[in-house]
Amino acid sequence: MSILTIDKLVKTFGGLMAVDHVSFEVQEGEIFGLIGPNGSGKTTTFNLINHYYPATSGRIIFKGQDITDKKTFEIARLGVGRTFQVVKPLKRLTVEDNVMAAAFARESSFAGARKVAQEMIEFCRLDDWAQFKAGGLPIAGRKRLEIARALATRPSLLLLDETAAGLNPSELDEAIEIIQGIRSKLGITIVIVEHIMKVIMGISDRIHAIAHGATIAEGKPAEVAADPTVIEAYLGSDYNVEKFLNA
Amino acid sequence: MADKQIKKEKFINKTEWIIILSAIVLPFLFSFSPYVQGLLIFVMIWVVLGSSWNLLAGFTGLVSFGHAAYFGIGAYAAGLLFLHFKISPWWGLLLGGPVAVIVGYLLGIMVFRLRGPYFALGTLASAEILRIIFGEEEWLTNGHNGILYITTWVTKYPYYFIALALALGAVFSVKAVMRAKAGFYFLSIREDEDAAQALGIDTQRYKNIATVISTFWAGTAGAFYMIYMGFIDPEVVFSLHNISIITILVGIIGGVGTIWGPAVGAVIMVLVQEIFRSALFGLAPAWVSRLHALAFGLLVIFVILYLAGGVVGDWDLIRKKFGLTKKAETAE
Repeated sequence: MSILTIDKLVKTFGGLMAVDHVSFEVQEGEIFGLIGPNGSGKTTTFNLINHYYPATSGRIIFKGQDITDKKTFEIARLGVGRTFQVVKPLKRLTVEDNVMAAAFARESSFAGARKVAQEMIEFCRLDDWAQFKAGGLPIAGRKRLEIARALATRPSLLLLDETAAGLNPSELDEAIEIIQGIRSKLGITIVIVEHIMKVIMGISDRIHAIAHGATIAEGKPAEVAADPTVIEAYLGSDYNVEKFLNA
Repeated sequence: MADKQIKKEKFINKTEWIIILSAIVLPFLFSFSPYVQGLLIFVMIWVVLGSSWNLLAGFTGLVSFGHAAYFGIGAYAAGLLFLHFKISPWWGLLLGGPVAVIVGYLLGIMVFRLRGPYFALGTLASAEILRIIFGEEEWLTNGHNGILYITTWVTKYPYYFIALALALGAVFSVKAVMRAKAGFYFLSIREDEDAAQALGIDTQRYKNIATVISTFWAGTAGAFYMIYMGFIDPEVVFSLHNISIITILVGIIGGVGTIWGPAVGAVIMVLVQEIFRSALFGLAPAWVSRLHALAFGLLVIFVILYLAGGVVGDWDLIRKKFGLTKKAETAE
């Protein structure tokens, strides 16, 4: 069953087509990758789903409900969680309080919110940092805090925006484990934007590639990686595709 | 920090009980001096105003430069009731808060469209506009002649205890919301409004809630001021430098975003103000009394440079600096 349907989504900034008639469907339980070179419109697509910007045209359907014109906080309450590429920790609050603030979306009691927060902190392996101010976290911690906070709102769909960027190899493996756990242990559907091919190719069930705001390919990771249009978008038309594939 | 203390303690902890009990005993210790008792009443008024401002600016991140607007509206709610209908301003004490909330809400429709420094300027303008309107519309407000009311009691005790009740009400209502869901939401809005929305927080609604609580207390403080002083005029109660700015200083010196910061700030501000106004209680040459604006300026510079968290926010730092002896506070 489709949990999220994007239908001919368009966003223009002045004369620039940031998102150009993008359509895709995300199935429940799936890890759905969204890739594309810098500036291709991935984050803008996320911002449209959350309604940080209103879409110029097109529809966004979440669980059969049209959420195109809903407000950001309403969309979060319906069950769409997201993380930010440019992390937005509540700096002067502790990690635990950050996650608690999110947990109040579903819990009205202090104790209930705290319990959810502690679970999510443990899940994202932030235990050691729980009582530290979020502003003092290293980048790996901040990225995981983004995830913990989004999870604490108890989403059924999670949008992950480059949560692996800037991590070192061991942190990267840990991040991959956490992301896979989100689906396998918490049963949450994921749409993930990522530049690191090791991450996105390894964990996605399907991948949707965009360039200059428009769809260029969709399919299984191996198919998309082999698609000449995708390679061209990333590496330019002069690049020898045969050589790249054989290497 | 305060954020952390908030959740683990009992609602009224040991230190707070000591503060409350001392505050009850204090006026009797100064029974020989109505002058000192008067100063204590002013401290309480500033605690109410400071806490009101702090909830909005310190905890929710909406820095108001126009708290005189709500204070003045509260004062005039009580004053106009008396002027036009000869109704005792004591009823105004109940009415001042709600009227300030309504006016605050109407002003909010305009100023809440603004963010950051523009919000601050919007609130500043609101208070100035009210000051001018209340000065000019003589048929309604008696203009610059103000409103005079013969105060109920000569003794200061009843006023003090009412003021104390208001101050405790303000401080503990702030403490109560900051321990609840709303408090977490206020802090989230302060830290990052966009992130707050992504967490499912209706930021507009919670800003309104913070404003309602804040304007209620500011208005109540204004109404009490009217009753206690027995005289108000627009230049006093809507004053930018005597109300709006001092409110901010109370918050900054005491500790922005701390529960007890405004209370500590109020004590320090009233002390400093009085020391200069009275030229060190008459011991220094008279020209010293003209330096109080300069003193505030230096005090703020000192706090911002060395105690950015205010006295309460940087309490641990102060303790460390002075060894373990609790000498602190009046470092000026």
